[in-house]
Amino acid sequence: MAIQIRNLSVRYGAHQALRDVSVDLPVGKITAVIGPSGCGKTTFLKCLNRLIDLQEGVQVSGRVLVDNEDIYAPQADLLALRKKIGFLPQRPFPLPMSIYDNITFAPRIHRLSEAELLSHINGLTTAVAQSGNGEVKPIGRHLDEKTKWNLLVENYLRLAGLWEELRGRLHEPAARLSVGQQQRLALARALAIEPSVILADEPTSALDPISARLIEGQFKLLKDKYTLAVVTHILRQARRIADHVLFFYMGELVESAPAEQFFNHPQHQRTAAYLSGEIS
Amino acid sequence: MNRRNEEKLAIGLMRLSLYGVVLILAAIMAVIVVKGFSAMSWSMITQTPKGGFYLGKEGGVANAIVGSIYLAGGATFLSLLISVPLAFALQKEYSSGRLTYYSRLALDVLWGTPSIVYGAFGFIIMMMIGLRSSLLAGIITLALLVTPIMTRAMEEIIRMAPQELKETACALGLTRLESSSTVILRQTIGGLLTAVMLAFSRAIGDAASILFTAGFSDHMPGSLLDPVASLPLAVFFQISTPIVEVQQRAYASALILFIIVLLLSLLSRWIYLKFSQNVIK
Ligand SMILES: Nc1ncnc2c1ncn2[C@@H]1O[C@H](COP(=O)(O)OP(=O)(O)OP(=O)(O)O)[C@@H](O)[C@H]1O
Ligand SMILES: [Mg+2]
Repeated sequence: MAIQIRNLSVRYGAHQALRDVSVDLPVGKITAVIGPSGCGKTTFLKCLNRLIDLQEGVQVSGRVLVDNEDIYAPQADLLALRKKIGFLPQRPFPLPMSIYDNITFAPRIHRLSEAELLSHINGLTTAVAQSGNGEVKPIGRHLDEKTKWNLLVENYLRLAGLWEELRGRLHEPAARLSVGQQQRLALARALAIEPSVILADEPTSALDPISARLIEGQFKLLKDKYTLAVVTHILRQARRIADHVLFFYMGELVESAPAEQFFNHPQHQRTAAYLSGEIS
Repeated sequence: MNRRNEEKLAIGLMRLSLYGVVLILAAIMAVIVVKGFSAMSWSMITQTPKGGFYLGKEGGVANAIVGSIYLAGGATFLSLLISVPLAFALQKEYSSGRLTYYSRLALDVLWGTPSIVYGAFGFIIMMMIGLRSSLLAGIITLALLVTPIMTRAMEEIIRMAPQELKETACALGLTRLESSSTVILRQTIGGLLTAVMLAFSRAIGDAASILFTAGFSDHMPGSLLDPVASLPLAVFFQISTPIVEVQQRAYASALILFIIVLLLSLLSRWIYLKFSQNVIK
């Protein structure tokens, strides 16, 4: 699903956090959003699903087109928009319920029908097999509803690389998980609304390098189906996963380029300085 | 004075105030127990006052125990119906900053208003609608008294729910109502129940607001429209007699009230722990 950003500016009171940003997020690619701390990466991401609305005293101007609809238009349907977009926050917050319910919660709220449930499971089973996170047995036609939900949970947890370590604890409160596990649970939970876009704000900040690689691998597998934007402050991670890179500096979009060009032939002097570690 | 001693002094003062509070509580308990224990008996909690009870004869305060529980329970329930929506309405998701600011201010003033004023107000309303002293009038007056307390406590608890949790719920495509009634409710349920208990304790202990509105009766509460007895007023009436036995019974009644409140506090602790398993810190 295409996302086009036009003249987006954001101010928090007197502080201008984003200045006149215009850029397109390519479909089926991973766009890495990089830049020094405080440059407006989170702000940028939150503008794309209008989560920014929850901040107090914030003013947003400009347009953001998601699937060719301006999400800042007065008649925009925010619930539908947010259902299309999975969001992984910078600090993961499990919902105050069990691990299992964390995954089923949003689909239940969105009143997923049994037929949809079944088709999700079928799609997932293939995805899981591709991801190398184990295999879920192909399912027969006659399953009771509970089994379907169980399968759904298993699939999403496998996709997030959590199944093996949590399979015996599904009904424990999610609050007991480690921060790294919570981060992966947030991914599973976001996938469970079957979005077309995934926005991830430093999704591996609490993970060890190996788990981080696992999530990165996950994103690469997901990108065929989704438009992905991943904020990261780890340049090497951006190099590993990005097809396209946006570089922000003090609220301005300095450079937007395909990864190859961005890292090897940066067009702007500030990008080059950032890449070489001269500015941070 | 070096930094280490500064800290020692500060900790010493904190301990002092802690022990002070515990000591006062212990003193109150000691007085009630010592004075009330001799009058404490099975019949005290199972029987209603018989003829001459207030002169030291047979009977108990069962009518007041049951009356108090009805009054406080009814008031808490009624107040709950008002407080939950009100507490959510005071959140920034639902109302403007100005509106909530003035609403909170109003509730705080109501919180601080002496309960005798509620009693007088309730009485005027009763006269207007032709209701006499009764369980119903008492419940309504007490509900008015505890609603500011319950609402403010709940509102504060809901407001303290982490912003990230609200964002998470919102990002999943939930409406504000869905977010409030599922995610935020689960996150805060322990605290909300504590607020309910707080309101109940306040309601069961209040005397002035029900003095004219609930009246008093030597019988078990019957209908909503009859006067009912209550423990605080039972204490008040018995302690103001010159007869020593009756005064002791006042302390025994106070002891019963005390035990009810204590049990409720323990219950609310337990509920809090039970419901806070899922809470995200
Ligand atoms: N709610 C807010 N109110 C006021 N200023 C804010 C608010 N949120 C962010 N800012 C400011 O806007 C700027 C951009 O913040 P943002 O969170 O988007 O940065 P970031 O690039 O995500 O940083 P980091 O890498 O540290 O997460 C910062 O200067 C920050 O202080
Ligand atoms: Mg950030």
